Amino acid sequence: MADTALQRRPRLTSALGSALQIGLPAATLIAMLAVIFWIRPSAMSYFGFTLLFKFAVPLMFAALAQMLVIMLGDIDLSIGSFVGFVTCVAALYLDEAPLLALVILAASIAVYAGVGLLIHVRQLPSIIVTLGMSFIWLGAAVTLMPGPGGTAPRWLVAFMSWKPPFVPLPVLIALLTALIGHLVISRSSYGAVLRGAGANPRAVERAGWSVRTIRCAVYAAAGALACLAGLTLTGLTTSGDPNVAPAYTLLGVGAVILGGGAFTGGIVSPVGTVIGALTLALAGSLLSFLQVPPTWQIGAQGAILFLVLAGRILFSEHRS
Amino acid sequence: MSLRLAPWSYGFLVALVMWVATICYSGTGSAIPTLSSALVFAAFSVVVGTGQMLVIASGPGNIDLSMPSVLTLAAYASMSIMGGSDAMVLPGLLLAVAVGAVAGMLNYLAITALRLPPIIATLAWSFVFQSFAFNLGGEATLKPPAALSEFTLWSIGGIRVLPVAVMGLTLLAVLVLKRGVGGRQLLAVGQSERAARLAGISVGRVRLVAYTLCGMSAGLAGFLLSGFSGGAALNMGDTYLLESIAVVVLGGTSVAGGQANAIGIWGAALFFNLMATMLNTFQMQAGIRFLLTGALIILIVAIVPRPKAG
Repeated sequence: MADTALQRRPRLTSALGSALQIGLPAATLIAMLAVIFWIRPSAMSYFGFTLLFKFAVPLMFAALAQMLVIMLGDIDLSIGSFVGFVTCVAALYLDEAPLLALVILAASIAVYAGVGLLIHVRQLPSIIVTLGMSFIWLGAAVTLMPGPGGTAPRWLVAFMSWKPPFVPLPVLIALLTALIGHLVISRSSYGAVLRGAGANPRAVERAGWSVRTIRCAVYAAAGALACLAGLTLTGLTTSGDPNVAPAYTLLGVGAVILGGGAFTGGIVSPVGTVIGALTLALAGSLLSFLQVPPTWQIGAQGAILFLVLAGRILFSEHRS
Repeated sequence: MSLRLAPWSYGFLVALVMWVATICYSGTGSAIPTLSSALVFAAFSVVVGTGQMLVIASGPGNIDLSMPSVLTLAAYASMSIMGGSDAMVLPGLLLAVAVGAVAGMLNYLAITALRLPPIIATLAWSFVFQSFAFNLGGEATLKPPAALSEFTLWSIGGIRVLPVAVMGLTLLAVLVLKRGVGGRQLLAVGQSERAARLAGISVGRVRLVAYTLCGMSAGLAGFLLSGFSGGAALNMGDTYLLESIAVVVLGGTSVAGGQANAIGIWGAALFFNLMATMLNTFQMQAGIRFLLTGALIILIVAIVPRPKAG
């Protein structure tokens, strides 16, 4: 009996721990929503949800892109400026020359794959290579479009303001991406290989996989997700701007860590990341609902980040 | 490959090429003014970069993303207390450095007490510090005392004093890292936390000192920069977020920690500023400048032989 108790306890607490890793940001999200609805009951509606979470959609995609890179034990400091670049391409060409726009976007995804290849082959620190890339994307965007401008194609704007029955669009997108991410990264056998490539690349190599190919593919997928972030953002702002999203880089990192991810590689959660992104996007609205003065809002966002993460650390203490 | 250059020399080399290119374009008369203004601008990057170097050297994953907001906050705090009065310059300097020191300690406290990755902890603090700066100064620019502005522009016999003073700081950092007990402990902790702990080094204390010094250098940079650029402004630190990391890595410090190069920071900082000057004289657009900056960062990191770990 003593034996079973000894064997059971770690497994139980580890299951509890991983549930808490996602449960905690989820609880924070629900608590924030509760406060908002308490202050302004009218926000508890289809329309209210759409307004509250509208700008969470691009952030969510950017955070998932960041999650893929963090999964490999790397970090991408260029996502923010890449999203800005994509908004410029979309606003300039997607309407008038859709083919050209698609070629540019496909080429930039190939560049992302190339960055992964370079990092892998030369064993370079991803933080500095992607830092260089952030200058390159910003430069490309500024060359295309020195300031905010252009127009988003009508279909993109229409899609972002589409009102599906019953479920508001941002919530629908969040549910779908979380589900797909969960199935691919956390459930499928390929997902296990991908996470393994971050946690223990040598073991994955021994098992007959090429970590080089995996890194290229994962970087390309991150690029594609960042493209989605840029496109959805263009649909919301209806124009392009090279400097629209520098904050996405670090907010994305924040969302991944909030959602239970770790920089050690291999430990990420798509569901947690989506919830993390929603939490960070909602924090801003919550603070204005609470009538926190604008000058303190950004500081309060930092405090919220601390609070949620501190809770996570306290709860996961039992595991180690 | 008979000629192997030290990793840190590439920054100087590229900087030299750009200086020569600028001179070729706008005549030999521009040689000295170009270099002297690049040295002044580089001095600010070096102050920030030296602090960042100490943190990065203290172990893998250690980084300070709050430097720009600490810089801004310290600048606002010191401008407020000085109120434009020459007599208050010294208290202003002390306050700026003290603000930085407290910020650095808070950073490390959050990292150890809450067991957060340094990227996240310093990012969250940077939001808080930014808010404080907002509330202290608002949108207005606070003017520096005349004496401080004069000091940042001061030159003796055609040689600017500020860069020379910062070179002194670099020299101090080199000596401490090479000969000082604290410096050796820092590198030991960066190479292997476990080994350092077994050797009886207090890892926590060493990292606390690294983060505190990093905050102090951000405070000092804020103080000097606001004197140089005519006051504290909310966005004055923004460019230093990426630049502080870039100059450290291009300067030959390994992001894996345990190895630091204070002199190389000068090369990388000069490279950044001379390239800006060169592209300005060529009348290139900002976009091209960003593209070249990024391409050169990647190129230098990709071709430079890395220092062997351990």
